[in-house]
Amino acid sequence: MTGLTGLVFASADTQFFINICITGLTTGFLYALIALGYTMVYGIVELINFAHGDLFMLGCFFALTLGGAVMALTGSPMATIALMLLATPVFCAFLNMLVDLTVYKALRTAPKLAPLVSAIGVSFVFMNIGLFWGGSQDVNFPGLIEERNLLAEDSGLQFTTTDLLVILVTAPVMIGLTIFVKSTSLGKAMRATAQNPVAAQLMGINVNRVIAATFLIGGALAGIASVIYGLKIKTIGYQMGFQNGLYAFTAAVLGGIGNIPGAVLGAIVIGMVYSLASAYIDARWATAMVFVILITILVFRPTGLLGARTREKV
Amino acid sequence: MNRLILAALAVAGLILPAVRAEDKKFEGPTSGTIKIVSSLPRTGSAKGQTDTIVNGIKLALEEEGNKVGDFKIVYEDLDDATAAAGQWDAQKETSNANQARDDADVMVYIGTYNSGAAKISMPILNKAGILMVSPANTSPSLTKPNFGEKDEPTRYRPSGKVNYFRVVPTDDVQGPVAAHWAKSMKIKSVYVLDDNEVYGKGIADLFRGECEGLKLKVLGQESIDVKAQEFKALMQKIKALKPGLIYFGGTTQTKAGQLAKDMVAAGITAPLMVPDGCYEQSMIESAGADVLNGRCYVTFGGLPPTELAKKGGKGKAFVDAYEKKFGKIPDEAYAVYGYECAKVALEAIRKAGVKNREAIVAAAGKLKKFEGALGTWSFDVNGDTDLKMMSGSKVVDGKFVFEKILEIKD
Repeated sequence: MTGLTGLVFASADTQFFINICITGLTTGFLYALIALGYTMVYGIVELINFAHGDLFMLGCFFALTLGGAVMALTGSPMATIALMLLATPVFCAFLNMLVDLTVYKALRTAPKLAPLVSAIGVSFVFMNIGLFWGGSQDVNFPGLIEERNLLAEDSGLQFTTTDLLVILVTAPVMIGLTIFVKSTSLGKAMRATAQNPVAAQLMGINVNRVIAATFLIGGALAGIASVIYGLKIKTIGYQMGFQNGLYAFTAAVLGGIGNIPGAVLGAIVIGMVYSLASAYIDARWATAMVFVILITILVFRPTGLLGARTREKV
Repeated sequence: MNRLILAALAVAGLILPAVRAEDKKFEGPTSGTIKIVSSLPRTGSAKGQTDTIVNGIKLALEEEGNKVGDFKIVYEDLDDATAAAGQWDAQKETSNANQARDDADVMVYIGTYNSGAAKISMPILNKAGILMVSPANTSPSLTKPNFGEKDEPTRYRPSGKVNYFRVVPTDDVQGPVAAHWAKSMKIKSVYVLDDNEVYGKGIADLFRGECEGLKLKVLGQESIDVKAQEFKALMQKIKALKPGLIYFGGTTQTKAGQLAKDMVAAGITAPLMVPDGCYEQSMIESAGADVLNGRCYVTFGGLPPTELAKKGGKGKAFVDAYEKKFGKIPDEAYAVYGYECAKVALEAIRKAGVKNREAIVAAAGKLKKFEGALGTWSFDVNGDTDLKMMSGSKVVDGKFVFEKILEIKD
């Protein structure tokens, strides 16, 4: 075993590079889950839902509170994780739909700026709820999964249990979402609404129901991201929504806003750039590098990486 | 040209008498009442600490029979906090300083507890020429140039003279002390991180400098982005360098907890050393007790009373006397600094011999080889103690546990 791994990864530099890529990939997958919520909502109602990052933050606190209670009752980490993964998406989905019903729905025909500013307002409301819920200090999210390297230690590579968790949960969700939008009747209705809401309505599609469903799905994805983020990063705080939301939104723009595979691709690019810049340039410049790449790509491809290729949004 | 020389001579003529003036005889009453006031947050979250400081002051005064020569010493305990704020309040601190200035009997002002509060009262008391001794301010920018803004510390000394002294080592001493500690642990190489803020980067730079002096290999120094969510890639990079220890100049609020988590997640087994900005329970809460257990070392500018007693001498005498008077040993580290402040005040009054603010400040500035409960120490030109003694703690089972006394002898 030693001989084999030694042969494949002879150079320490190569090992290091691969480790950094693994880190970047898992970070990218996390951003992708949040980015999908941005891009779907934009695709359907052309609203940049700035509250999405803070919805994700509230999901983290929900998962923490729920996890604490379940852990105290059952004492089983696996049961706790399973329950968090089930209940948190439901919580975030309904919260997101509730916001749409109470705030955005009334502004559907208003000028584009009105819902945008309202979204910023909702973001602040969420942030204050988070402050009330979790306090101003960063909170430790208990590591329910033991952080263990799944690869042989002598290979010099690191792929941990939490990395595996991120991929195991995120990849099927994203594949499932793609299939859902492509081949179910609700998915078809969503694509139709994205293309032309009036025409879709004339064809007998209940546009409001489709929009509500979009907010539900986007919220649920944010909820899944919350649980995964908590288990992987292990620190949550009421201000985390802004930073994560910003990266996720950037990912959506990078991939071509409104485009589902684009959001995933954009998120992976951002995760990779961030990780590589931290390792090879300077940790302080990582954020700047992300945006340098974003601007460069948008200059040459204003619609984003995949934006122009697909006609239909969503 | 001749004119220039003449002018220079004239200036020198002006300065020379001023230099000689330091030895001048001060005039004033040689008996009567002298007031010592303290201004500390007596309500709110710091009350536990300030209770023991005030006890320390009272004990010191009592030991001298509340008098120096023919002077009767009266002590007044002022509060610079409000119940509403739960901590020190700028308005309260201003009014305390003004009260001291306007009371002709007040010769010494013991305070403050918070460095931020000192920034407010220092210029007021400096203009009034009152001796100010702090038991707990640790911000270096109060007395040392090049640590804070450009006009610090001169803005606290409008009269140009030093009237502010402190008996507690400043934050910047922690960097060198930590380097010596790492050396004593037989660490061969270090990686230095900082949060790019005045406090954190200042300490990290000093740590690095001392390491180089001690021939500890510094593998690199980097400022982190405190807004980042995680530092996994950075930790991968550090892991590849295989440091014997990672030093982080920063606070709990600038992501010390997350750094510790990502260190462990990246599989780094080297210990982490941090300054007293992380010496708080919330550090353990944010990082998780299991992450820090047995691998997180913290320096802190105070000595726990139990250790003080073990040192013997005047330190032990203080702890014993305190226990006798108040029924238990001081449960907070700052008690002895309160005691030391009062001793300094009394010694300055004794040396001055007259009830004259200027005379007492001048006497305090000349205190050399002072034999106090903390050991034998002197004030330097900035008014800081030359004592470089701190305590080193380690996180064990979710608590900071005292490890050893850290001391640099020049």
